[in-house]
Amino acid sequence: MIRYIIRRLLWAVVLFISVTLATYLIFYIIPVDPARLAAGKAATPHDVQVVAHRLYLDRPIYEQYLHFLDRLVLHFDLGYSYANRQDVRATVLNAAPVTASLVLGAVVVWMLIAVPVGVYSALRPRSLGDRTAMIGVLTGISVHPVWLGLVASYILGFQLDLFPIQGYCAFTGKAPGEVCGGPVDWFYHLIVPWMVFAVLYAAFYVRMIRSTVLETLNEDYVRTARAKGAPEQRVLIHHVLRNAMLPVVTMLGMDVALALGGAVLLEQVFGLPGLGYVALHSLFQYDYPITLGVVVFASLLVIVFNLVVDLLYAWIDPRIRLA
Amino acid sequence: MALLEVRDLKTAFKTDDGIVQAVDGLSFTVEKGRTVAIVGESGCGKSVTCLSIMGLNPRQNTVTSGEAIFKDRDLLKLRPEEMRRVRGNEISMIFQDPMTSLNPVHTIGRQLREAVTLHESVGKQAAHRRALEMVKAVGIPRAETRLDDYPHQFSGGMRQRVMIAMALINNPDLLIADEPTTALDVTTQAQILNLMNQLQRDFGSAIILITHDLGVVAETADDVLVMYAAEAIEQGGYGDIFYRPRHPYTWGLLSSLPRLAQGTELKPIPGAPPSLLRPPPGCRFHLRCPYAFDRCRTDVPPLQPAPDKPDHLDACHLDEAAKQRGAEEILGRITVGTP
Repeated sequence: MIRYIIRRLLWAVVLFISVTLATYLIFYIIPVDPARLAAGKAATPHDVQVVAHRLYLDRPIYEQYLHFLDRLVLHFDLGYSYANRQDVRATVLNAAPVTASLVLGAVVVWMLIAVPVGVYSALRPRSLGDRTAMIGVLTGISVHPVWLGLVASYILGFQLDLFPIQGYCAFTGKAPGEVCGGPVDWFYHLIVPWMVFAVLYAAFYVRMIRSTVLETLNEDYVRTARAKGAPEQRVLIHHVLRNAMLPVVTMLGMDVALALGGAVLLEQVFGLPGLGYVALHSLFQYDYPITLGVVVFASLLVIVFNLVVDLLYAWIDPRIRLA
Repeated sequence: MALLEVRDLKTAFKTDDGIVQAVDGLSFTVEKGRTVAIVGESGCGKSVTCLSIMGLNPRQNTVTSGEAIFKDRDLLKLRPEEMRRVRGNEISMIFQDPMTSLNPVHTIGRQLREAVTLHESVGKQAAHRRALEMVKAVGIPRAETRLDDYPHQFSGGMRQRVMIAMALINNPDLLIADEPTTALDVTTQAQILNLMNQLQRDFGSAIILITHDLGVVAETADDVLVMYAAEAIEQGGYGDIFYRPRHPYTWGLLSSLPRLAQGTELKPIPGAPPSLLRPPPGCRFHLRCPYAFDRCRTDVPPLQPAPDKPDHLDACHLDEAAKQRGAEEILGRITVGTP
């Protein structure tokens, strides 16, 4: 088990280096001089040179990258924005909880919908309930989240005035200068974005859970459990679900990464000042310390989540734990 | 009084292509402590017969009729909850493929304990003791430590021993073994068969053994039921089937049994069993039968007792003389070259 964890951790390091290196290379290739941006509009060529030197921009790319890694790992420092001189770490840490709340909350919502509906459909294939669920799945997959988000915020937020139209409130409480804060406001502001976000994934997961449960129901060991005299409920919980959840857990690890990408769109729709929002603005301004900061944080989030999934997987399936 | 008496068992599956009559009017009895072998090719309805007795066919698309009287109760008419209490307790079952029949995510100790606690309200300790006892009885080495292992840590033969331990843990009156040795290599097969014979003596369970291997039948069975295309075509005692076979299909099975002696030729039965969706008219075997004549193509032969032995039944239109001749010819051929 310990060797398994060490192996996973080493993989996480490799993953982290590849992702940040790729981002670095992209910025190196695009024909924009970051030193000129950082130096400001009125800067002379000499100023630009000074800035370039101070920001390590006159060095070869591998030195730049090593400098970036050195700063990040030893000082937990991501530098300053070229556009507005703000500390990148602070910017990212301000935005991260917003995105994390949005994505993780959506995961919880979509699993809460997908597991019971998927299992129900698998237990009663071709029934009225199953067919209704499958129509729901098709609708969920077809509806674009941005459209759904705009419609939901118009109807629920504006016309019915049940939920806020836009905005975010910190979970931890009211910060100075903010109008809202605390768990209740946080929940109240996020419930519509969660629902909208969850629709697409819930649809995919209902379909996936339905098929894995159907498949598992046909396994020989499920027949063995029935032959032992286990009641149906016990067969389902102890013998079917635990095995059927294996592929679902694997997919979840990958889909959280995908969902981070999807968060960019929904943060725009619901005016949530999250990582996607920050990343999008930094890209338009070629403000690559910020972009890199977002990439670092997002990849850390994905890596940590994948690690959790791997551990969960090992806990569910002894064949992996002991391999 | 017989332990299990099956009368006119019929099982049909509703499929998209039509109704498949997988078992068509089967009757047989299982006496206490005896072994009944059901023999036939793949797809002839052997497994479905047993799953019907156990009530384990998929409920949505299966229609079962007839009777299966087990200790004064008709199993086919029991309510699901009553049947659940019979399964694994009074009648238990082991399956063909031990590699897939155990749950991969639970230890075998847990799976054995579950078999106990499903039927008796005993504590974990007591269930553990029973599990340990059974694992020892089926000859798994280092039983104490192996209870905490997962199925993938066992070989196929050892897994089948675990399955047998699980099936016998509640001391059932009847054990149904569905091709228990088919997925195992030959040396392991022999060990498992010996184990089953020995445990039958120790525990006194009756066994229904499903197999397509007449070699396995020869080693274990008291009574034999030969099935072809959902029907019984010959049934009788072990000696009746092996030394006085009366049906051309049984002859075919016997001559396709490999023998080590020199000068014997392996003679397979040509062709394949018919579709059960649209079975052929008349005798279902006539398309592959070298003895078939006009009547076989139109009239269904009834299952009738032999003139001299009322409990040896066969369903064939051949006359008595032809049946005698056929049997002698087959026995002559398969014993040629033996010392």
